[in-house]
Amino acid sequence: MTVMEQRGAYRPTPPPAWQPRTDPAPLLPDAEPHRVLGTEAAAGADPALLLRLHAELVKGRRYNAQATALTKQGRLAVYPSSTGQEACEIAAALVLAERDWLFPSYRDTLAVIARGVDPVEALTLLRGDWHTGYDPREHRVAPLSTPLATQLPHAVGLAHAARLQGDDVVALAMVGDGGTSEGDFHEALNFAAVWQAPVVFLVQNNGFAISVPLAKQTAAPSLAHKAVGYGMPGRLVDGNDAVAVHEVLADAVRHARAGGGPTLVEALTYRVDAHTNADDATRYRGDDEVETWRRHDPIALLEEELTRRGLLTEDAVRGAREDAEAMAADLRARMNEDARLDPMDLFAHVYAEPTPQLREQRDLLRAELAAEAEAETAPTTGTGRTTGTAASTEGPR
Amino acid sequence: MTTVAAKPATMAQALTRALRDAMADDPAVHVLGEDVGTLGGVFRITDGLAAEFGEDRCADTPLAEAGILGAAVGMAMYGLRPVVEMQFDAFAYPAFEQLASHVAKMRNRTRGTLPLPLTIRIPYGGGIGGVEHHSDSSEAYYMATPGLHVVTPATVADAYGLLRAAIASDDPVVFLEPKRLYWSKDSWNPERPSPVEPIGRAVVRRSGRSATLLTYGPSVAVCMEAAEAARAEGWDLEVVDLRSLVPFDDETVCASVRRTGRAVVVHEAHAFGGPGGEIAARVTERCFHHLEAPVLRVAGFDVPYPPPMLERHHLPGVDRILDAVGRLQWEAES
Ligand SMILES: Cc1ncc(C[n+]2csc(CCOP(=O)(O)OP(=O)(O)O)c2C)c(N)n1
Repeated sequence: MTVMEQRGAYRPTPPPAWQPRTDPAPLLPDAEPHRVLGTEAAAGADPALLLRLHAELVKGRRYNAQATALTKQGRLAVYPSSTGQEACEIAAALVLAERDWLFPSYRDTLAVIARGVDPVEALTLLRGDWHTGYDPREHRVAPLSTPLATQLPHAVGLAHAARLQGDDVVALAMVGDGGTSEGDFHEALNFAAVWQAPVVFLVQNNGFAISVPLAKQTAAPSLAHKAVGYGMPGRLVDGNDAVAVHEVLADAVRHARAGGGPTLVEALTYRVDAHTNADDATRYRGDDEVETWRRHDPIALLEEELTRRGLLTEDAVRGAREDAEAMAADLRARMNEDARLDPMDLFAHVYAEPTPQLREQRDLLRAELAAEAEAETAPTTGTGRTTGTAASTEGPR
Repeated sequence: MTTVAAKPATMAQALTRALRDAMADDPAVHVLGEDVGTLGGVFRITDGLAAEFGEDRCADTPLAEAGILGAAVGMAMYGLRPVVEMQFDAFAYPAFEQLASHVAKMRNRTRGTLPLPLTIRIPYGGGIGGVEHHSDSSEAYYMATPGLHVVTPATVADAYGLLRAAIASDDPVVFLEPKRLYWSKDSWNPERPSPVEPIGRAVVRRSGRSATLLTYGPSVAVCMEAAEAARAEGWDLEVVDLRSLVPFDDETVCASVRRTGRAVVVHEAHAFGGPGGEIAARVTERCFHHLEAPVLRVAGFDVPYPPPMLERHHLPGVDRILDAVGRLQWEAES
């Protein structure tokens, strides 16, 4: 008998502890991304929510434009714009309660400020004066993560810890399509599902990881399909439909808060700008593609609906635009001030107590700074050499 | 270490006791890792913790080191004090990105608002006949990563005292457990465990006048043996157990080397780019005028950890240490 023939007959009994926990069918994402705007369902959308989303999206787009302009003026080292992805960013922030946590990636500045972080503090990382400009505890926003997908297991651990302590806190973790290939993505989803941790994973599938298209990133039918293998629901949503994203994320958050465990949400969207201001997107994509997506713009989609419902009044438009301009003007003015830095801060937060080695190095820098200051007040003398004795060597006997 | 009721105890028992006491004292202390629950860990260090504190406090995780450490980061962000077990030295490498990019840096990148009080226990080193990937000495990687504390006990008492200190620390501590000392015994009173040992202090295990052996973890016992054997040569060796590699106790080390004028660094990790280079450089920078000879290193060879049948040729033993001591160009005293 061949092995193939045997296969049908041979059915070992699984070890007693093993029971499939979930029926995969309800976990599968729908074939079509969830949409509300442009469909009949839009009629049921709450006008206040529509207007709020609109105002925030307009402000977000203005922020992206302003920050990009600041890179041209040398005020920011780099800026990864999220123009075209504002619906995902804003919905991510708006569905969370105050006690919930957001775990953003480097592109998610808009979600961070929509959560109440000062727009200037949110740019500290990219300006280069410090790595994280805001207090994560105050806003319950983790630091913007530069390494891809590494923030996802943090979200799982935090949500798990909260649940162990009886708090109904949810963590929403954001990642790009490229980030889903990283091992940490897998480990985080697996942990979350095994622990039934109250986490929502939001993948912003914007088509590219720098220059690499999704087709070279995965062979899966969709990124949302990956959820099924972990035993959590996968949801697919039109990432440019702010109402749909809000609906799907709000659902997932409710589900997590009620003890239902994690959800993986894939939002189909598009990065209209280049990866960052330093990237040349014409090398890997054509204008046609960009144009197609521009016609499916998240703000335009929302405005169509608002217009149809007679909600896009002149007042509403003017109000949103004025708010956005005021935010941009304030950002411009404050970012044009030179950052005031204290070099001694280098040693301030390495350990709770500086090691003896750091104390020595701190003394060395302090001496160098004192010598610099002295040289500045007595400009005629000095070779420019600092007097700091290398604190690490032994003096003559 | 010796009290009236002291009985022989193993380092493994002292570590278990330290975890138990830390968990009993502070409900924020959570243990997580592979097989740490029902099994009590492959070295049984977490034995009984799940039974006593429940599976939420001592949790078997999926088999994923980056996930374990990454989740511990989030748990620490929410106020817990996770103690992570990496099953073996070479299996901690998948977690290295979490360690280098987040664990070591979180306090710094958030200007002190998100300190991470977490402990990473890693059984390390050779000498137990382990197969490939079960005997690495990876301390140089951790030492080379600012933001981490790196400690390693050599005695039963220190195993308890340092692990308690590591768990109590508001900063991440890489706690390296010399696996060949797990079953080493010492008189130790589990009813009145040794006090918490502050991190960052070396200790003179044996005083002498001829030369200083600077060592830590699994090599301490070897150096003690070498020091005994050296008496036959008329050498009176001092043995300093560093205990903490970061922060480094320059004071104790330099006081010793200035006294003896000669130093040999002894460890299992390979020499090139290894901990001994850093230690020798520090000693030379600080004690140059007191030195009668260059600071020497006796270390593992610069090879991937060898197969078990060859490890005895790789590991620094008494003879190799004595040879190095002999090369310290004796003239003045002997
Ligand atoms: C671990 C890691 N590897 C490589 C990089 C360099 N890098 C930065 S962004 C990026 C592409 C990420 O693409 P995606 O996850 O789709 O997010 P998007 O930028 O499109 O929002 C790469 C490769 C990184 N930041 N981290």
